[in-house]
This record gives sequence, C-alpha cells and structure tokens, in this order.
Amino acid sequence: MEQKTLDVRSLTVCIQTMKGMIRPVNDVSLEVPRGGIVGIVGESGCGKSMTARAVMGLIRYPGKVTGGSVYLEGREITSLPEKERRKLRGAEISMIFQEPMTSLNPVMKVGKQVEEAVLLHTNCSKEEARAKTLDIFREVEIPEAEARYNCYPHQLSGGLRQRVMIAMAAVCRPKLLIADEPTTALDVTVEAQILKLLERLRDAGTGVLLISHSLGIIARVCDYVYVMYAGQIVEQAETEVIFDRPAHPYTRGLLRSVVSLREGAGTLETIPGVVPNLLRLPAGCSFSLRCGMCTERCEKDAPRLLETEPGHKVRCFLAEKEGVR
Amino acid sequence: MSGCLLEARELTKEFPAAGKKRIHAVSGVSLKIREGETLGLVGESGCGKSTLGKLMIGALKPDAGEVFFRGKNIIAMTEREFKPLRKELQLVFQDPYASLDPRMTVRDLVAEPIETWGLCANRKETTLRVQDLLRAVEIPEEFLCRYPHQFSGGQRQRIGIARAIAADPSFIVCDEPVSALDVSVQNQILNLLKALKASRKLTFLFISHDLSVVRYLADRVCVMFLGKVCEIGPTEEVYLHPRHPYTRFLLDAVPVPDPSQRGKEIRLLKGEPPSPADPPSGCRFCTRCPYAAARCAAEDPELRDLGGVQAACHFADKAFSV
Repeated sequence: MEQKTLDVRSLTVCIQTMKGMIRPVNDVSLEVPRGGIVGIVGESGCGKSMTARAVMGLIRYPGKVTGGSVYLEGREITSLPEKERRKLRGAEISMIFQEPMTSLNPVMKVGKQVEEAVLLHTNCSKEEARAKTLDIFREVEIPEAEARYNCYPHQLSGGLRQRVMIAMAAVCRPKLLIADEPTTALDVTVEAQILKLLERLRDAGTGVLLISHSLGIIARVCDYVYVMYAGQIVEQAETEVIFDRPAHPYTRGLLRSVVSLREGAGTLETIPGVVPNLLRLPAGCSFSLRCGMCTERCEKDAPRLLETEPGHKVRCFLAEKEGVR
Repeated sequence: MSGCLLEARELTKEFPAAGKKRIHAVSGVSLKIREGETLGLVGESGCGKSTLGKLMIGALKPDAGEVFFRGKNIIAMTEREFKPLRKELQLVFQDPYASLDPRMTVRDLVAEPIETWGLCANRKETTLRVQDLLRAVEIPEEFLCRYPHQFSGGQRQRIGIARAIAADPSFIVCDEPVSALDVSVQNQILNLLKALKASRKLTFLFISHDLSVVRYLADRVCVMFLGKVCEIGPTEEVYLHPRHPYTRFLLDAVPVPDPSQRGKEIRLLKGEPPSPADPPSGCRFCTRCPYAAARCAAEDPELRDLGGVQAACHFADKAFSV
C-alpha cells in the first residue's frame, strides 16, 4: 500500500438513545489504497454502514462522531466545516446505496440528476455537463444512453437504476467510492455485471470501499478485508489470508456458515445466538457470548486488535496466545 | 418418496398492468411435487416464483390450468369443498417483520390457526399445543406473552414457521424464508426447516433466489425464467450438469467465497431480464441467450426429457462451446 486514498484512524461514533449511549462504530481504523477495492463484511447492525456514513460526514443527530480522524489523500476532513465537506461529497468521495430507488429523485429525469452533480462540482457549461453525463452513461454500459437520459427512475429496472447511481457517483472522477451493499437488491446475473463495473472504476484509479454481508462478493472483488462485529473491527487481512487462515472465532464461524454451491451438506454450521444489543454489550470481548472457545479472561477483559503476521490483525486473546507466526 | 402430492397442469396467471398490458407472471407451467420431497424453485425477481407458489396452494386463482392435491382438482372446488384442504397447504413468508401482526402476542399468533380450524377443545388445551409448537421451533416458553417487536428477525421467522405448522399441514410453500436474515441466523432456520420436514413428514416447495440455499435443502430443483420452467430435475444433476443455458449463467454468476477465483473472467449474461409485460416471442430467454438461433425466436421450446432432467431449450442436448 504505497499511496492511501483513505486513511481512517480510531473513528468512533456515538448515538444517545432513550435507553443510553451506544457506540455503533467503536475505534475503527482502516485504509483504502489508491486503485484498490477494500471490503467491510459483517452482519446487520455491526456498524459497517455507520462507518461509511461517518467517512462521508453523513452522521445525523442524535448520532455524533466523537473521536478519530479521516484522511482523504493525506488531508484531514472530519475537522472541515460543513460547507467544505459538502464540496467534497460527490466530487472527491461519493457513495452508492443498497436501494437505488430510494436514493434517486422520483420526479426528476435521471439524466438531469447526474448532470446536476456535474454542474455542482465543476465549472462546466450545461452542454458540457450533458455531454459528460452521456459519456458516463455509456461508460457504465447503460444501453441507449440518449433515450435513458430522459427517463424517470420508475421507468428503469433495478439494475439500470444502480447503473445510474454509479454514473452519478463516478461522473466527477472521485478519489474514493463507497459502495454500501450495492447489489443486495439485484439479481445474481445483474449483480455480476455491477461488480464488474466497480472493478473497472478501480482500474481507473478510484479507491473503492465495498460494504457487504456476502463473503462471496468480498472474495470475488476485494483485495483486503475488514471483518466487523458489534461496532469493532475484529479481524483484518488480505482477502486470501482471511479465507485461508481466519484467526478470529467469529470470522471462522462466518466462513463455515457459508452455504456451498458446490456440495450439499448434512447439517449447516451456525453461529449460536444473535448479534448482541449494543446497549448490553458484555464486559469483556463482545463476541464472548457466542464464542465456543470463550475463556474466563474473555468475559472480563476486552482484547485488543493485534498483528499476528504482517498485514493480519486479530482482536482475540486466543490468537494472541498462538503468537506471532 | 412415494406418489405425487401436488400436480400443476398448464398453470397460467396474468395480472393487469398499466396501459392495457398484462404481466405474464406464470405461463403454462406444469410440474409435479412428490410426497416427502423438497422441490426448490429458483429464478430471478419477477420470474413468477412467488405467484406459482401461491397458485399451488390455492391462495390465488389461475387464469387457466389446474392444480391437483392428492388427485383432486382444487381449482374446480367450491369454497366449502376447499376449506378443509386449506389447512393442509401452508405458507411461510419472506419478511418476518411484515407477516406477524404487531399487536398480537406470540401465544395468540400461534393459537390463531389452531382456533381457526377448531383443533383444540378449550383455551387451556390450545395453550399447551402452542407451547409444543414453540418448543418445536426452539422459542423459549417464557416468551409466550411477548410481542413480535421484542424478537429478532430469526426468532420472528421461527414464529412464522410455528404458525405454518400449527394445523399439521402436509405441504408448505416456503417463499424466500431466509433472505431477510443474516448468514449466521439463516443457517439456523434452514437447519430447523430440514429437521421439521423430517419429523413432521412435510413436503416443501422452497422458493429462493439463492442457489446455494436451494442446493442444501432441495431434492429436486426447478429453474424458472419469465413465467416458464427452463429446467427441472434432481438437484445434483442440475447443478453439476446444467442443460439449459440460463441455468449455466445463473450458476456461474453466484459469487463463490473463494478468493482464488478472483480475477478469473466470468461469463456475464448481457442485459437484464425482459419485462414480463412484454415477453419476447419464441423462447423467452432468446433475447439474452448467446447461443440463440433463428429458431429460438420463432418457436417456443417444450420441456424435453434429457436423461432424468427436463429442459426447455431447442439445443439442450447439444454441448455448448463454453
């Protein structure tokens, strides 16, 4: 990792709820290299989307970023005034969401929506903006780009809507693209096309932070993976390493839970229990309640994220004991 | 695996759409479900999987075609004749958040089907039966008086399953029962369904867009595309030697959790499924199929027997150069 597009250090988000304070993102550090795809994987409620929103600067009241910093190509952005951050969004960092229908304006032609992003962030004339929009439509393989320019979101299929979203996110050539479950609402054959598109953006030099619950998607496109659980990163490593020698019991459980397409099985592996309520986290390791290898120490103390081999970090006492390989 | 429990013959269902168009949800589907088996039904969204599931249990009336349950045509029955059969045919829904009444306690939710069918003499007996059912789906008894919002998604799905099995049905349509759940919880539900199927001698129609899940549960699998059956056969055979080009692409597109496959060029299907309001002539897959010939656009292929597997493709017996 020579040049970092994104460098997040000890990011913490707190939300004051009626029942108490929760920390959906707890001391999260991560990096996205230039022209790389980095994945965050975890179950619902583990804080992966919150992390993305915090990077974008989209945490709303009662949520609050209470600590840490975010560097975009070496420039700290969390301390910037809101006006400056708004200039970054859409130009240097952009984001695509799971459900494209809810993120597009239903009463505005999709071409105009993409054009709007161009006009906001560059000094283009209207004609130039339109030309740029059509170019990016062709680049993300929207068929009959000119005809689609005048469509409203409801006239497009789910796959095309997601392509419009990607076009909108990519039109200003951002340094970083955050994709939050971009294919969850799509069919597998369309999903494969969208993933291909993300890889093409990566090849063009954009850093991609891909958030997904699917290990299949992570394995297919990511170079490096962060595994999140209850607001914390519990393991991080290169994709091959995570799949080859996962060290955290949670990662192991997740990998064992993947239902194989290639072979049938007797009984499926499961992780007992459910994701803990952030209001009632156990005193020690947050995974201790569901962990098959939980010891007394795990119930008392919280493990730290430690490096077990170069580029591979694990938050578990057992991995610590096994030592540096 | 004995006889045929349910049989669909030439089922067709269309829905009206804007501009006098009609959505061809299910077009001339015939299939048999054997007693005690799990038939997996896969396909992309909008291909008519859920509509077919509802038609099979008489929850929707088809425009044409018949459904036979234990040899009796349930479509031709009057409401009164059909009513006793209704408890034999149950449904588990996709969204455990939307399918439970938020103002009913777990006890009342699970008791509802028991009371509807008058299966228990009094309230006490009903509660005992509810407790049995909750035990079967592994919900702690002390939760009897809780409301749906107090449960996690997986637990809610268990309650939905308890409702479906409450009247001792013989056939259950599971319509995407795990797609709203996290992986770790998804497997708990799949294991539960498999165990219940064995202990209660159930027959399943298991609808899912997730091919891996279907592989785990189904004895046979049926692949649909735009309201028609492309391929149907024993799960192993279909997954290992898909005959229909669509099945091949579908299997290829599933992301495999194996990073060594990363960067490997996968063959992508061009475009997206055509609109069911305006299906192409001939073979419905022909506009996306890279092997399509002139014949495909002109002539709709019939399901043909190809050594245990049936596929609807003019060229299914030829080896595709892939």
